[in-house]
Amino acid sequence: MSAPAPSPASLSHLRALAAVRPVVSGVLPFGVDALDARIADHGLALGGLHEVSPATPTLSDDAAATLFAVGVAARAAAANGRRVLWALTRFDLYAPGLEQAGLDPATLLFVEARDDKDVLAVMEDGLRHGGLAAVVGEVKRADMVATRRLQLAAMSGGAPALLSRRWRRQGVDPLSDLSAAMTRWRIACAPSARLPAPGVGRPRWTVELARQRGGPGFTLELEACDATGRLALPAAPRDRAVAADRAAARAA
Amino acid sequence: MPRGGGWRPGARWARDADARAAIVEETATLPLHQQPTMRELGRRSEAADHPFKRPLPAPPGQARPVAAAAHAVPLILAETIGQRQLIAAACPAAQALGLTPGMAVTQARALVATLDVRAADPAADRAVIDGLVLHAIRHWTPTAAGEADGIWLDLTGVAHLHGGEARFGARLIRFCRRFGYSARVGIAGTPGAAHALARYGHEPLMRIASGGEAQALAALSPAALRLAPSALAAAQRFGLDRIADLLPLPRGPLARRLGLASVRRLDEALGRVAEPIVAVVPQETPETVRRLLEPIATAEAIEQVIGDLLADMIPLLRQRGRGARTLVLTLERIDGSAQRIAIGTARATRDAAHLARLFHLRIERIEPGDGIETMRLAAPHSDPLGATALAARLAGDEPVADVATLVDQIAGRVGEAALFTAAPVESDVPERAVRRTDALAAPTGWPAWRRPVRLLSRPEPLHAVLALLPDAPPRRFTWRGKVHAVVAGDGPERIHGEWWRRDGEIWAVRDYFRVEDEQGARFWLFRRGDGVDAATGDLSWYLHGLFG
Repeated sequence: MSAPAPSPASLSHLRALAAVRPVVSGVLPFGVDALDARIADHGLALGGLHEVSPATPTLSDDAAATLFAVGVAARAAAANGRRVLWALTRFDLYAPGLEQAGLDPATLLFVEARDDKDVLAVMEDGLRHGGLAAVVGEVKRADMVATRRLQLAAMSGGAPALLSRRWRRQGVDPLSDLSAAMTRWRIACAPSARLPAPGVGRPRWTVELARQRGGPGFTLELEACDATGRLALPAAPRDRAVAADRAAARAA
Repeated sequence: MPRGGGWRPGARWARDADARAAIVEETATLPLHQQPTMRELGRRSEAADHPFKRPLPAPPGQARPVAAAAHAVPLILAETIGQRQLIAAACPAAQALGLTPGMAVTQARALVATLDVRAADPAADRAVIDGLVLHAIRHWTPTAAGEADGIWLDLTGVAHLHGGEARFGARLIRFCRRFGYSARVGIAGTPGAAHALARYGHEPLMRIASGGEAQALAALSPAALRLAPSALAAAQRFGLDRIADLLPLPRGPLARRLGLASVRRLDEALGRVAEPIVAVVPQETPETVRRLLEPIATAEAIEQVIGDLLADMIPLLRQRGRGARTLVLTLERIDGSAQRIAIGTARATRDAAHLARLFHLRIERIEPGDGIETMRLAAPHSDPLGATALAARLAGDEPVADVATLVDQIAGRVGEAALFTAAPVESDVPERAVRRTDALAAPTGWPAWRRPVRLLSRPEPLHAVLALLPDAPPRRFTWRGKVHAVVAGDGPERIHGEWWRRDGEIWAVRDYFRVEDEQGARFWLFRRGDGVDAATGDLSWYLHGLFG
């Protein structure tokens, strides 16, 4: 006796229950084709948990990972004009620096909680509330249960959850824990392109997608967030735009 | 007989008892500040009375008011107006000595040495007046209002409830005396006339029939009409000393001389122009009560009752056009003890589900004991909250949840102080440029100088720094035991110390550099001092922040 073929409706219902591959309601693309094309959803799923971690325990990589999360949150906030909740245990962010990556102070709402448990609870509150553009949390430790709760809360609220995992011990990669996240990113600083004049060029990062649902990971070198939180692909030297005044001089 | 029995110059009057008594009697008739001092009178042979126990001699021919007995020393209240201290109010004893409100306190002190000067407290006066007005509204008449030095009561239609106007006035005076106030009551057909009679009438209780205003006011000073000080000065200049002088004057010239407002005041006092009393509306705290048939002790039952109380409370608030900012839940246990639980909201709200959620966060703190038999919910603090616009909802869009509800929820979980936004401070010193402010504030941004994303709370010193003076970024430095070779740098950005905050910063200078090392890490460094002048700093290097 053969089992009746399941109807598509019941299958989708089962999928939603099991959430093996959650139904993606909306996507926040990076606007960089080389990056978006290699992500399974062609961007970050709006109702999903995404983890960001510095590649090394140095503070500069930590700052780069923070800026990556700022860029995503800034683009999400610019898309729908809502606020961003940022939960952390020790406030060492510098708000003028965040503003220069696209998150102005009126958009940001900080919560300085006592411990990681409170940070995760506050994140969940913010995600279930449904009136926010994005929720960012900085934790040192979050287990499978906690990330699963966050993933479910993000699905119900429709805002992306960005979990910034910081290093707690030398030699233990924070992304080695199990997690229910949709994507897990590892960010490291990379040397910027040398300018013809003295000075620091646009910062670059080595962006590694360590794991994603429904696709393989990859590594890319990208130019860091600009004033609106957008990443960019470094141009090959021969493709770089010539400075405007020199172009005008040549045309004349 | 004086000690020693000898004659002493200046003490001759003291030996002759009759002469002395006559002189004492004569000097006692003078006001206090005109009485001769002991030096002028000459020394007395007896020991002087203890200066602090001696009672003040009563001014002759004047009966002491009752209130003055409480203040043996004349009492005045001083208020500071601009740079001057003026008398705001004087007790009857002080007024008998010629001290009037509006006089400079220094002048009063010069006239009367033993003067009790205290600071005027208009807010406390106002609170007493407001309390009296609320009492009047609850017990005497629904139309009452307070002003700086008196209250208005509209007795129209209520006087017969109190046995007539005269009996009510007498009762009012007795009521105030019980609380230690000396009241003066004026009852008239117009507010202006009542005002004048209460303050300038010759008896504590004055009552005139309607229509008799002009006659009753004729003898009073124009000040009784609540004229502006400039109008009063003008009236004095024109020799208009009494209201009777104003009455026969043609209105046009009167308005030219004293101003149109003065004519209006006169008309109001005489009943030619209506002057309504703007009555105070008492504001009661909305409160709902549930008395339970059976004592409850479980969290589910308590939550159910909280839901019922909120369902009662919301219509009360809506009726008043207000939203709750603070709700206090009082739980009375069987043994008579009570527990209070309060929630606050960041913005006025009438959302029952949201308020119930806030109480839900607190419900574990409730100790039911043997059982709770009565629960009360009060809204001691509420703000005006009008109707909510439903345009988005009617158009079929999903309404965006208000962030204020989230703020309340998170404040209930981690505390109100943990929620904040970063707001700018007008300072170039990086660690001072940010302050924390209210979670629902909308602060503006900072100037667009490059700033790091993370700032060290305390700049960390760098060692073995290799840099060209005065304005080149370092080539190499050691931080936390690790050598960083710099490949590119921006700067300097010079930030001067803020001498108006700290003396030590008068000459202080920091030169900030943004540098990148060969691994690609980008740092924000600074050097103390400009590299030229030694007073600006000791040329030590620090790491202050990290760019990503």
